[in-house]
Amino acid sequence: MEHDSVIHIDKLSKVYTVNEREAGLVAAMRSLVKRKTRAVQAVDSISFSVNEGEIVGFLGPNGAGKTTTLKMLSGLLHPTGGSATVLGFRPWERNRDYLRRMTLVMGQRNQLLWDIPVIDTFELNRAVYRIPEPQFRLAVDELTDLLDLEPLLQKPTRNLSLGERMKCEIAAALLHRPSVLFLDEPTIGLDVTMQRRIRQFITEYNMRTGATVLLTSHYMADVEALCKRVIVIHHGKSLYDGELSGLADRFAPFKTVEVELHNGARGQPLTQYGELMAHSEGRVTLRIPKAETASVTGRILAELDVSDLTVQDPPIEDVIEHVFSQSPDPLDQQDPQRPSGE
Amino acid sequence: MFAYYPIYKGYFRTALMVQFQYRIAMLIWLLGGIIEPLMYLVVWRTVSEQQGGSVGGYETNDFVVYFIAMMMVSHATFTWIMWEYVYRIRMGLFSVMLLKPIHPIHSDIADNIGYKFLTLTVMAPITLLLAWFFEATWQPLPWTLAAFVPVLILAFLMRFYWEWSLAMVAFWTTRIDAMNQAYIVVSLFFSGKLAPLSLFPEIVQRAADILPFRWMLAFPVELLLGRITPRELLIGIGAQLFWLVAGYLFMQFIYRAGIKRYAAFGA
Repeated sequence: MEHDSVIHIDKLSKVYTVNEREAGLVAAMRSLVKRKTRAVQAVDSISFSVNEGEIVGFLGPNGAGKTTTLKMLSGLLHPTGGSATVLGFRPWERNRDYLRRMTLVMGQRNQLLWDIPVIDTFELNRAVYRIPEPQFRLAVDELTDLLDLEPLLQKPTRNLSLGERMKCEIAAALLHRPSVLFLDEPTIGLDVTMQRRIRQFITEYNMRTGATVLLTSHYMADVEALCKRVIVIHHGKSLYDGELSGLADRFAPFKTVEVELHNGARGQPLTQYGELMAHSEGRVTLRIPKAETASVTGRILAELDVSDLTVQDPPIEDVIEHVFSQSPDPLDQQDPQRPSGE
Repeated sequence: MFAYYPIYKGYFRTALMVQFQYRIAMLIWLLGGIIEPLMYLVVWRTVSEQQGGSVGGYETNDFVVYFIAMMMVSHATFTWIMWEYVYRIRMGLFSVMLLKPIHPIHSDIADNIGYKFLTLTVMAPITLLLAWFFEATWQPLPWTLAAFVPVLILAFLMRFYWEWSLAMVAFWTTRIDAMNQAYIVVSLFFSGKLAPLSLFPEIVQRAADILPFRWMLAFPVELLLGRITPRELLIGIGAQLFWLVAGYLFMQFIYRAGIKRYAAFGA
């Protein structure tokens, strides 16, 4: 299994040293003589492997260590512990052959040159990545087709809307046909239509090229549409690595039961069956402890005049929220100096 | 080396396109590069005239030619990278450069040369205009003209490597304005920008021999003026090569240490 993996990381860690100072003039003067620093563990000994062609969702709240991990895997940061290989390379050695085969797309970062038409940035990337002319033409045509770039290519970047710019950013990052994609919030700030478009594109690119994708997103729709497998990290530690569908089994100790009643819900003592989540005319949504699902649904069916009943796993957002609400870390609230990514 | 040709071509093309977008800013920058030597020219020309037409072995016309040549050499070798790196690191733009499969110094070199080519179209007529206005006379020796080309290229490269390396200090602190200012003041004295070095006390001249600044500016200018003997030319080229290699090694060292420390903030 391990030797098939494109990305393999083992006990990878990153500690940031941040300067610390109390408020006030005295503290400011004291810091001239003795500077106080504090170590912030952004990534804490995480390990996982990703196989060729997989699309894996990398989930976690702000400050969990997702972006730091992606930055280490793309060679921007040196880890403080552990090891990682991507396509057989150690990323932070920044081997040029490695950089030619991977890409990192950061939602709010632009590699497009502000003042010149998009196609000219593409041309520059062609030179820098040494993409042969026919392959470049093919890539531009293909990306133009998939992302509908035709009307945008001749416009200077500064004249594009956020969504248009993001599409062009993604295209610029993929011209060299990377076989590993690190996508950090690729749909951030985009409207729903554009988000869907980008998701479709990632699926299409993955199918066409067999590229391996590691993706972070705060939009669960992205994760549900793209990733069979997810890795959940929190406070720099890996909490879960497995199928998205298994996340609810593992972390949600409850099920959602939706009941439709013939005679409406009025007057029914519904809270005896579980926690009342929603309640509208004739339709009730209850949250029931997983272990009691069978017995409670049996009782509902026996005691109420039910016209329809469905038992579901809770929405993935709720599960994730539930996971992240466990063991709050005071560091997150007190750490304004922590690097803005993670 | 030839492998870099298409990349440099791409960078030049882009640099020119970007510069065309900022014509006014470009002209304002140029103005600064012209006014400074022009100021020294006027001051020293006046001093020389008041001293009976000569100061420290420089006649009035020599001062005029010296500062016009200094303006050209300074323009050809100057960099703005020490100011730009802080911004790049602070804004996370450096991350984008690090992700490319090429050392970031190449785009900076190409960008710099692209700008110089473009601005030459303004600098050349201004030089001629100044020479006409101040009635400069200059009779170059063929061998000094021939030697000037490699000397200027070496001056450009050594200045580029050193200033690019100093810009890397931004990895350690983003408050590098004070350091930049100190560098500019020291360079002003020891590079011959303020006045020909032979006008300074002996001790300053000896220090200038040891430091790199003279070899970046005064040396090519004195060569153009025919004030360098063939022996001094060889010594000067040796000094330039020494500082170029030292600058290259320093750049490699500080760059490696810097990216190890780089925290990719805001990127």
